[in-house]
Amino acid sequence: MPRTLSQKVWDDHVVKEGTGAEPDLLYIDLHLCHEVTSPQAFDGLRMAGRKVRRPDLTIATEDHNTPTTDITKPIADEVSRLQVDTLRKNAAEFGLRLHSLGDPDQGVVHIIGPQLGLSQPGMTIVCGDSHTSTHGAFGALAFGIGTSEVEHVLATQTLPQSKPKTMAVTVTGKLPESVTAKDLILAHIARVGTGAGTGYIAEYRGDTIEALSMDARMTLCNMSIEWGARAGMVAPDQTTLDYLKQTPHAPQGEAWEQAVAYWSTLKTDPGAVFDREFVIDATQLTPFVTWGTNPGQGIGIGESVPSPEDFADAEAREGARRALEYMDLEPGTRMRDIGVNTVFIGSCTNGRIEDLRLAASVLKGRQVADRVRVLVVPGSARVRRQAHEEGLDQVFTQAGAEWREAGCSMCLGMNPDSLAPGERSASTSNRNFEGRQGKGGRTHLVSPAVAAATAVTGRLTDPSWL
Amino acid sequence: MDKYSTYTGIAVPLRRSNVDTDQIIPAVYLKRITRTGFEDGLFSAWRADRQFILNREPYTRGSILVAGPDFGIGSSREHAVWALMDFGFKVVIAPRFGDIFAGNSGKAGLLTAVVPEATVADLWSRLEAQPGLELTVDLTTKTITAGAATYPFEVDDYIRYRLLNGLDDISVTLQAADAIAAFEARRPEFKPTTIPVKTAS
Repeated sequence: MPRTLSQKVWDDHVVKEGTGAEPDLLYIDLHLCHEVTSPQAFDGLRMAGRKVRRPDLTIATEDHNTPTTDITKPIADEVSRLQVDTLRKNAAEFGLRLHSLGDPDQGVVHIIGPQLGLSQPGMTIVCGDSHTSTHGAFGALAFGIGTSEVEHVLATQTLPQSKPKTMAVTVTGKLPESVTAKDLILAHIARVGTGAGTGYIAEYRGDTIEALSMDARMTLCNMSIEWGARAGMVAPDQTTLDYLKQTPHAPQGEAWEQAVAYWSTLKTDPGAVFDREFVIDATQLTPFVTWGTNPGQGIGIGESVPSPEDFADAEAREGARRALEYMDLEPGTRMRDIGVNTVFIGSCTNGRIEDLRLAASVLKGRQVADRVRVLVVPGSARVRRQAHEEGLDQVFTQAGAEWREAGCSMCLGMNPDSLAPGERSASTSNRNFEGRQGKGGRTHLVSPAVAAATAVTGRLTDPSWL
Repeated sequence: MDKYSTYTGIAVPLRRSNVDTDQIIPAVYLKRITRTGFEDGLFSAWRADRQFILNREPYTRGSILVAGPDFGIGSSREHAVWALMDFGFKVVIAPRFGDIFAGNSGKAGLLTAVVPEATVADLWSRLEAQPGLELTVDLTTKTITAGAATYPFEVDDYIRYRLLNGLDDISVTLQAADAIAAFEARRPEFKPTTIPVKTAS
């Protein structure tokens, strides 16, 4: 029977088929850990006298709490420091590989897995973090889990999982100038809503997706969870192989040949049926920005803030009314007239080298607007070094932006980088929830290109308007 | 985990949809390394408003939450489940839940009962007409009782099975230790390992 990509990867990881109420038991090929969602899991292991079953399939890094300045000093916030120290102790006790703050491979967990070549096609990958969907860009089945599941994977290297339904998101046509993968996914979420993917694994396919770079595919898969899909996948192809070939953990010699032979089978068979499909015409897209407090409340940058009355559904109307109040926006205001205090360029959504190149290409030879704070936070220490080698840091600092160290930073403000109450940001991150970037802060989600153009004018700006 | 079959308690009508886990508990509360003590972070931004429902009697003693669609979307933080449970909630009723939140709830022992939107609308009206009304949630029959009315609900079969039996998931899985070892023996050699360390630098 013809199968979809996700069904193939699923089938190849069933340790024990489910019976009755019990679901399939899936083997986990890679477990990524960070300091926030792991301490209680390690405590659970200790209390039960259990070990980590496969330290060699586990990797940890520090990212959520870590400061992006003065990283050689102890972390100033005591509670953050304790959480990071706890991860260090746990990694030492259980024999786990850890890339600590200051390590050349430290960075946001979803950036370091791919750059180390540990995220490969056909794998099952989990992490106590909802943006684990990022790794699906390689044709892996990758999804976020909670702390109890983190403990489960540490102890058993498996997870009991109910089989999700399958969804195709088929995208065709060439993306217009200055429209990125970020705009594509924001437009999709605005159309289908934050819950449309609940219970599904999404596969992004079509010629638009095939033309995307790995960095862009990661941006796309990263935001799968923002429309409810726990995992998003792209079938591996030559672009995937070219990326993986130069990574440290790529298979070598004969193992590479064997891996490639297997990976080439990882595509949806002709005739395989998805439970649901969305179709997107890429040629009709424009840069996209959010106006509300969930990632589905977005609109083309050339348009205006909608009115709650524009929504037929009562829930959506009430949601819009509440969002506009929180965001302090009037219906009918042109998006291009909305001024910001802060621009954040970074995160597991848009903190990779191509994102920084794109932002730098807009900022080159230009200046950040008065009274606008611009933070550029590379996704990993390696991305940061690469940006240095390419001189991007010079472009940012000469334009008046702050060039920071790697981490999650203002995406969720667990470290010192956050919005003050009432401050408004254009952010390349993934969530515009109330208070996400700091209590009372207001977030507009944008692409790196729009973020950079907005930095120049101080108002939400399409780079082609500069 | 405690066994669970029926539960009766004061229900709280939360007239909001898309309640994401950043609202349930903001990131600033996630820095703790313990598994308890998260009740102060629950809905912390909303609770700053004295009129917010959980600040009013009798809802300060609420233990069943009735919310709009897409409850628990967003971040995977299990702290959201712990915060609800530390406050006293045993059940959340909504038309749709974020997948990760629902999974976390099942692990921690918080029941997520899925009902049609019309049921939520009905429950909201009843609860607002009669503040402090107790609901009974029966996991065996998968029904919610509100006064004379009874509504069916859905819950993941495996979560229901484990809640009814009070099973610890890890011990269930460890019964399959031989199957796990056999699977490991047939994993392809080309799959990567994190150790020995190879670095990008």
